[in-house]
Amino acid sequence: MNAMIGQPVRRREDVRFITGRGRYTDDISLAGQGYAAFARSPYARARIVSIDTTGAKTTPGVVGVFTGADLTAAGIGALPCGWLVKSTDGSDMKVAPRPPLAATQVNFVGEPYAIVVGETLAAARAGVDALEADFEELEASANLASAMEGVQIHDGIERNLSFHWALGDAAAVDAAFARAKHLTTLTFANNRLIPNAIEPRACVAAYDAASDEITLYTTSQNPHLERLILAAFVGLAPEHKLRVVSPDVGGGFGSKIFVYPEETAAAWAARALNRPVKWTAERSESFLSDAHGRDHLTTAELALDDAGTFLGLRVRTRANLGAYLSTFGSSVPTYLYGTLLAGQYCTPAIHVEVDGVYTNTAPVDAYRGAGRPEATYVIERIVETAARELGVDPAELRRRNFIQPDQFPYETPVALVYDTGDYQQSLERAQKLADVAGFPARRAAAAAKGLRRGLGYSCYIEACGLAPSQLAISLGAGVGLYESGEIRVNPTGSVTVFTGSHSHGQGHETTFAQVVAGKFGIPIEQVEVVHGDTGRVEFGLGTYGSRSLAVGGSALVKSADKIIEKGRRISGHLMETAPDQVDFEDGVYKARGTNRRMTFGEVALAAYVPANFPEGLEPGLSEKTFYDPKNFTYPAGAHIAEVEVDPETGVVKVVAFTAVDDFGTVINPMIVEGQVHGGVAQGIGQALLELGAYDESGQLVTGSFMDYAMPRADDLPSFSVDTTVTPCTHNPLGAKGCGEAGAIGAPAAVMNAVTDALGVKDVAMPASPERVWRALRGA
Amino acid sequence: MQDFAYHRPRSIADAVSLRRSAADGSYLAGGMTLIPTLKQRLAAPSDLVDLGALGELAGVRLESGMMTIGAMTRHAVVAASQDARRAIPALAALAGQIGDAQVRNRGTIGGSVANSDPAADYPAAVIALGATIRTDRREIAADGYFRGLFETALEPGELIREIAFPVPARAAYRKFRHPASRYAVAGVFVADFGGSRVRVGVTGAGPCAFRWSALEHALSSALDPAAANGAPLDHGRFNSDLAASAEFRAQLVRVMAKRALESLSG
Ligand SMILES: Cc1cc2nc3c(=O)[nH]c(=O)nc-3n(C[C@H](O)[C@H](O)[C@H](O)COP(=O)(O)OP(=O)(O)OC[C@H]3O[C@@H](n4cnc5c(N)ncnc54)[C@H](O)[C@@H]3O)c2cc1C
Repeated sequence: MNAMIGQPVRRREDVRFITGRGRYTDDISLAGQGYAAFARSPYARARIVSIDTTGAKTTPGVVGVFTGADLTAAGIGALPCGWLVKSTDGSDMKVAPRPPLAATQVNFVGEPYAIVVGETLAAARAGVDALEADFEELEASANLASAMEGVQIHDGIERNLSFHWALGDAAAVDAAFARAKHLTTLTFANNRLIPNAIEPRACVAAYDAASDEITLYTTSQNPHLERLILAAFVGLAPEHKLRVVSPDVGGGFGSKIFVYPEETAAAWAARALNRPVKWTAERSESFLSDAHGRDHLTTAELALDDAGTFLGLRVRTRANLGAYLSTFGSSVPTYLYGTLLAGQYCTPAIHVEVDGVYTNTAPVDAYRGAGRPEATYVIERIVETAARELGVDPAELRRRNFIQPDQFPYETPVALVYDTGDYQQSLERAQKLADVAGFPARRAAAAAKGLRRGLGYSCYIEACGLAPSQLAISLGAGVGLYESGEIRVNPTGSVTVFTGSHSHGQGHETTFAQVVAGKFGIPIEQVEVVHGDTGRVEFGLGTYGSRSLAVGGSALVKSADKIIEKGRRISGHLMETAPDQVDFEDGVYKARGTNRRMTFGEVALAAYVPANFPEGLEPGLSEKTFYDPKNFTYPAGAHIAEVEVDPETGVVKVVAFTAVDDFGTVINPMIVEGQVHGGVAQGIGQALLELGAYDESGQLVTGSFMDYAMPRADDLPSFSVDTTVTPCTHNPLGAKGCGEAGAIGAPAAVMNAVTDALGVKDVAMPASPERVWRALRGA
Repeated sequence: MQDFAYHRPRSIADAVSLRRSAADGSYLAGGMTLIPTLKQRLAAPSDLVDLGALGELAGVRLESGMMTIGAMTRHAVVAASQDARRAIPALAALAGQIGDAQVRNRGTIGGSVANSDPAADYPAAVIALGATIRTDRREIAADGYFRGLFETALEPGELIREIAFPVPARAAYRKFRHPASRYAVAGVFVADFGGSRVRVGVTGAGPCAFRWSALEHALSSALDPAAANGAPLDHGRFNSDLAASAEFRAQLVRVMAKRALESLSG
């Protein structure tokens, strides 16, 4: 049907990326641009007594100095949080306003309080140095564990609690626990991560006084949402006077979904100064000011009966929001987390409570996986632990509790309806690939070398393809979560595709082109994919939550179908055949039962040169679709990690990693494999290496690559990956999404392997050498 | 980065006098440590005296039981040097484990030894091999050279010309890499000069590199790697950070020492 689906087409965009011709935001320079530098808080919490800008303003080369007071006076509002979460008592979450530039109080180290624009970057920085800000340092609550008892950060937000949210049936869980024969309890932290996309955040803003328009080039995963928020909530400019362009973006992992202070202030300054303003974060600014990820403290309890059947799951989580609610900061530890706690299992009763807590740290928001890695970690760690406590093989315990293929659609006790899946199949495939049968021999061989070898599973599920708009909005989302896809067939038969999805490394220019070229039966070279520009793409909600293909791709399929239908009418008319007697195959319209045919290109030309055209049909060949999914998609899979631990040094080496994932229909297996590799690397990073750490006073201790350990190639084994396929039942591609699976599944698999190797119940992530060494000494 | 005057002298004498006449000058070698501190504006020298044009400071020489490495010799050059690999393979291997390829192609032994970073690798070898640091004005023995955290016996403006390493009978270096920076969390260099003369240099663990005399003493009777398990080691002044507490560093020092010794005998 679509010959391009399933083809490992090489990524077309890579030619420009690997030959240095990518066009990233920092590559864009505008005539006369000034350079921005930000003054950032050195304190975790302090009152701004005064800011004297005289020295900065008179610094040679400085052209503008603006503080929070200037922005407030100009009517620039706070950066909003786009998802309203309600507490169990029905009250709205408590929102601490986040001004783009702090005006009265700073609440985390690195929070900007002034922007200085200079003729050169050096001048801007000298201007920042010349600012005289008088702070009154205040006691901070930087530690999640004690923040609810600590000093109150924001006026009116007691116990630093934004919301106390719950999901599920508490009474049913209590009843299940009363009946239980066995109870497994785990308490652990899901470590804070700092995203570290290779391209730091950047922006170039320009103001056109003639049209009163601002053009903002910025590193965004969703330029239309950025425009909407800056127009409707922040008041930067009316939506039709603001164009947001996100050209090539060098990785996002979620951190570039959000609307940040810097581009807001820079765009405002560009208008105030009537000259373009450019800002590119330094890596140390990225560490301090990009939204961080994860950071939960959780206690989970699993109730089981004699046969190892899960009866109930109770989860209590304290989630770190940081100093302010970032754009989607409230949804990540609630709807993207609690709803996933059924995992792949028929647990009949589940109840989760989450405290969303402010701390004097950088805001926390979605990071690759966003809530689902945290949920998977809870389930897969506690299931593995329960198996060990019961003396049951962990794969067997999972098998006993899997949702069976004939149970779909399956409604979980935490508000989702899984459409399809086959968990047993991916687990078996993974076990075979990982040679689980040979593990005891490998373990013995390691022991002979003085090493401890362990094996761990993680059978994850995620909800992707965000989201049915009505459902999301009813749960508090401030925007719909459909996607737009427009296809313009040009008169010569080539095709320009406009998608509201955004590619920042995912390879959409290839995958989406494959889908469209395959639909039309034309060479992929004839398809151009345009994304990331509110001036060219009608609307879009962007890329995150592994939604692009399932939602954005589906929109394109629908538009392609409309075009094919219109072509059927045009060609039928020209071939003097009723449209329903015209077949479209491999790029050719054929009048059934005749030898009359027209190519796709001929029909395109006829559409634009309508000499002989069906009555009542408009010329042209261009269609668009807003596709709103009916449900989430549910990618799932089985990951198996095998580790070797050096007991003397505590070093954990991942010696094998197997991932068998069900992403539904796979368009480009090579790109999918790449996505899995990247995700698994980040998941292993979370398990073994990465920790965003603040000290008690709220200083970021891991503020550079000297201290924050990103996984490198030699930290990783060669991955063994495969897929199983149960197509999604409700989108036209059958695709589920693959972008986050690795980061979701891997941490639990690795930590299950580490604890297996050590013979201990738990080790904190990241399982650093010292932690492992201490765990062994305590064991 | 603040403005500074840049000099590129052609002779050691000029370098030293430029440095002396500067209000607040600094030598520039590979720049791997210095440039980042300038960029972060942790340092703002008035003058940078670039040693890059002083060809006489670069190179590896092997003569009469002594291997001499010029201060401006890059890590990558030491790692690849045939003389170094033949005479003191452990030292060449150490150089090959510093940082990453870019760092090794820029960073110099003089910069490393002048800087005395507590986590740098070379200092362990300087100590264990009992090297001599030759400067523009004198010779300094390894044992008195490293004084503390980023502190050495160098006087202000004193220029390291070269470092002379006595060639041991055999030697080995084992390093526990920091997971992020890949500097040494603990590094132990053991050098066996024959006749029960063994020297042990430790880096990464304390404020600066030091000799582990208690282990040397234990090894003087028998070169038994297990001695590293029990030899007294006071971690009271060891570094403690996110990567390793002082107590864990002591464990790592023992394990690295044991493994270095095992590779000696093995
Ligand atoms: C990413 C990274 C990773 C690294 N990893 C490691 C590692 O694993 N192990 C390790 O040991 N090191 C590591 N380093 C440090 C590296 O080895 C540098 O070479 C070393 O820090 C300094 O050498 P340099 O030539 O760059 O000196 P510079 O940075 O140029 O100078 C350092 C200091 O020494 C002074 N100086 C330089 N030469 C002389 C001289 N001849 N006489 C007197 N003073 C002098 C300078 O004035 C300055 O104060 C790493 C560095 C980086 C950036």
